[in-house]
Amino acid sequence: MKAEPLLIRGGRTIDPSSKLDDIGDILLQGGKVVGVGSGITAPEYSTVIEAAGLVICPGFIDLHCHLREPGYEHKETVASGTRAAAKGGFTTVCCMPNTNPPLDSAATIEYVLAKSRAEGLVRVLPVGCITKGRQGKELAEMAEMARAGAVAFSDDGEPVLDSRIMRHALEYSLSFGLPLVDHCEDKALSAGGVMNEGWVSNRLGLGGIPAAAEENMVARDISLAQQTGARIHIAHVSTAGSVELIRRAKEKGVRITAEVTPHHLTLAEDRVMGREFVAAGYSCGARGLPSDSYDTDAKVNPPLRTAADIEALVEAVGDGTIDAIATDHAPHAWEDKVCEFGLAAVGISGLETALGALMGLVSRGDLELNTLVSKLTAGPSGLLGSRAKGLGSLVEGFAADIVIFDPEAEWVVQEQDIVSKGKNTPFKGATLRGKVMATIFEGGLVYRADGLKVRGAK
Amino acid sequence: MPEKIIATSDDIRRALVRVAHEIVERNRGAEKLILVGMHTRGVPLAKRLAEIIQSFENVSVPVGELDIGLYRDDLSTLPLKPVIHRTKIPIDVTDRRIILVDDVLYTGRSMRAAMDAVFDLGRPEKIQLAVLVDRGHRELPIRADYVGKNVPTSRLEEIRVYMKELDGRDEVSLIGVSSPGDVSLKGV
Amino acid sequence: MAQRKGNATESQTIEQMDTPAWQHRHVLDVDCLSRDDIRLVFQTTDAMMEVLSREVRRVPTLRGKTIVTLFYEPSTRTRASFEMAAKNLSADVVSFAASGSSVEKGESFIDTLRTLQALGADAIIIRHKQSGAPYVAARHVSASILNAGDGWHAHPSQSLLDMYTLRRHFPDLQGLRIVMLGDVLHSRVARSNIWGMTTMGAQVVLCCPPTLLPDVFSRSDHGPVTSGYLPEVTIETDVEKALDGADVVMPLRLQTERQEAGLLPSVREYVERYQLTVARLRLLRKHSVVMHPGPMNEGVEISPEVAYGMQSVIEEQVSVGVGIRMALLYLVIGGGR
Repeated sequence: MKAEPLLIRGGRTIDPSSKLDDIGDILLQGGKVVGVGSGITAPEYSTVIEAAGLVICPGFIDLHCHLREPGYEHKETVASGTRAAAKGGFTTVCCMPNTNPPLDSAATIEYVLAKSRAEGLVRVLPVGCITKGRQGKELAEMAEMARAGAVAFSDDGEPVLDSRIMRHALEYSLSFGLPLVDHCEDKALSAGGVMNEGWVSNRLGLGGIPAAAEENMVARDISLAQQTGARIHIAHVSTAGSVELIRRAKEKGVRITAEVTPHHLTLAEDRVMGREFVAAGYSCGARGLPSDSYDTDAKVNPPLRTAADIEALVEAVGDGTIDAIATDHAPHAWEDKVCEFGLAAVGISGLETALGALMGLVSRGDLELNTLVSKLTAGPSGLLGSRAKGLGSLVEGFAADIVIFDPEAEWVVQEQDIVSKGKNTPFKGATLRGKVMATIFEGGLVYRADGLKVRGAK
Repeated sequence: MPEKIIATSDDIRRALVRVAHEIVERNRGAEKLILVGMHTRGVPLAKRLAEIIQSFENVSVPVGELDIGLYRDDLSTLPLKPVIHRTKIPIDVTDRRIILVDDVLYTGRSMRAAMDAVFDLGRPEKIQLAVLVDRGHRELPIRADYVGKNVPTSRLEEIRVYMKELDGRDEVSLIGVSSPGDVSLKGV
Repeated sequence: MAQRKGNATESQTIEQMDTPAWQHRHVLDVDCLSRDDIRLVFQTTDAMMEVLSREVRRVPTLRGKTIVTLFYEPSTRTRASFEMAAKNLSADVVSFAASGSSVEKGESFIDTLRTLQALGADAIIIRHKQSGAPYVAARHVSASILNAGDGWHAHPSQSLLDMYTLRRHFPDLQGLRIVMLGDVLHSRVARSNIWGMTTMGAQVVLCCPPTLLPDVFSRSDHGPVTSGYLPEVTIETDVEKALDGADVVMPLRLQTERQEAGLLPSVREYVERYQLTVARLRLLRKHSVVMHPGPMNEGVEISPEVAYGMQSVIEEQVSVGVGIRMALLYLVIGGGR
């Protein structure tokens, strides 16, 4: 085991899985949690982190990110992506299979796992494809991938358009019990769209993606899940209509879960017209569009929606309709984003800004801190099955994955500080409140911010 | 800075009457003339000269307006972009005698631009220049044919011409520098 | 040099400014132009139209300046008009045709712009399929950018020439009822004109089938609409009601792809319901005029009798185009800082 004893002292310890929220200490040893409580004495030669005023909670689990390896190493790698994860407080990330080649076989799943063992800073759990080559035509060998270590299946980036294939995929998944994750998008309705359909798209002369494009397919997936009795997980929910559909399906007992991203919880369609412009209430000191309009950093799929959608999504996180917050971290190279809006790649590099963006909701009183932590820990852990056993909790004997953050610290998102290869974030230049101070993976410190009080060995 | 009146309304009237007579005398009549006022204050001056000529010669001299903005050689160095006015010359300039009219003659660069502008409109027989004030400091080999008033100045001083049509009164004033030392520095 | 004050100087320096100075380094859309800006464009165009009336239509104003036309979409008219305008002002003109395929080959827009900048372009005139491309360009080069049409978004020089043409037929745009008839959703000309014409005080009416009407203009419940961030327009799907009492009507080009995209059942039905015909023209006021941004689909959005009829100012729009573009080039790169 790599780590010497580590004592984290005097922080507010939050673990929704064990309903813990108290000031106390945590002792880690041999990569495991060995003590949670107050007045714990550290063994000699322990490293001690003074955590007064900080929050200590289980390391965050991201159900949805893109590590781009293999095939798009210029955008991100397992090494750079897990470094970004550690900086964002994530100790487990589930990587999506839209790589080149796609992760649609046991061999590719094993490749990613081997890569992450060799180069990863945190735990990587791969998601395999639902269909071969993400083509939506024939089922991929999901059971074999499950045996190799896949934790879920998705053709993310694309929906499974063919309802018959989706139905069979769901039925087939009953034999190995892992969830299917669908990117819900009716491609006929979204065709030609590059942002939310609404007044901003019309103002800018950009093609719109209506809310119905997502809701249509959410509704289809619900009826297929009901029909088959299989588990369906809706990726990156973005509209109030989807929330309503999921809420009603859950009430009826459909085995459905859902995630939402930090950006869909905090940013609206008008962000495409420029950050400062929106912050200043549509005033840029002159008439016309601001000079930073058509901001490709705000181009993402599903698109940023409206203020009413944000309100519904936040409410759904609070009432449990949404089970997890996932980043949909989608890093891109400079040239993929510095171009015409319509031609720019979709996606936001989100691992490093997730906590800061979400803590804004907490400080505004829109979300309870405990709920937020739960949606980043116990929530996603519960969806991942046996391979995630013990993840996302601070119970003695489980993996010592921990994040320590300062809920009050303010910081400015600056391009040069982003460790992901993808600098594509609409939070660039924004001041966020809530900062990860340290991330501990299997008992070892994998990230520490300046200003963290550490003493003892090393 | 002190503003000193150097020509009153009467002075301006007398000067224009004299210039009008000189124009007709030198051209042996007014038949082939076109009076072309340069924007902005050359335009009312040209109109007044035409009226005076009409009064004693009983000939109606055509009056035009010329904006030299498109011909300036200093466009890229100006702090502000000049507003361009429409050039209006009622008849073809070819084989006519063009009398360019302006309020102040200074470096001569405007006249250079004005001559280029006139040549783009056709081939006049002659171009002559009438100004209300010649303040010296030429930078080009250009001189006025008709001068209302010669005013030796320093480069630091400024001449202002007020025209009743635009400013509500007729007057020429000199805005000087506060100390005479500044003038001698420049060596008028 | 001492700051200009008072109302008179010798003409060797600067004429007194009777109009507020031009502040714009680029011409990206009409939405950023104030009423005074638009008037200054018109006044400058008056002077340019005089130049165009001469036998030799060339003045030395932009001698030594390099103007590049960068067109990512074929356009004979706009390009010719801009190039003529630049040449009339004695600028050096470089045409850069970027076909769609060269973009696919990996030649990026930003690369191309930087190359043009390095070659010494003072102004780059951009036509692009992608809405917003000129805004991206303006962020990456120091040259002035003139938008010659971007996607569905804007076509400022066309809008300004439309308004200038109207100004020759009406004493003022204030209070005019102007109907834009047809495919507003995909029209950059309509978008720019909505901004320009409402800024000048006209009442703009949009008339077309609901499938071609931008959602934003048909709803009033958007906050920014009331805050003045979006222009005020009137929506009318009934063509007879829209045209009743109008001063100006502008049928917009209908592309046949719209039928294939399921936005229209057939061109035939569109013609029957929305074509500007002689009969419909009678609903307009006396002295009303018919405009068209071109290129026309005669027999589709406009009947040939109307296109070449007495009320049509379509040819005049084309002739005014060069003057407007000369004025814009002068205002943007003709000196001053």
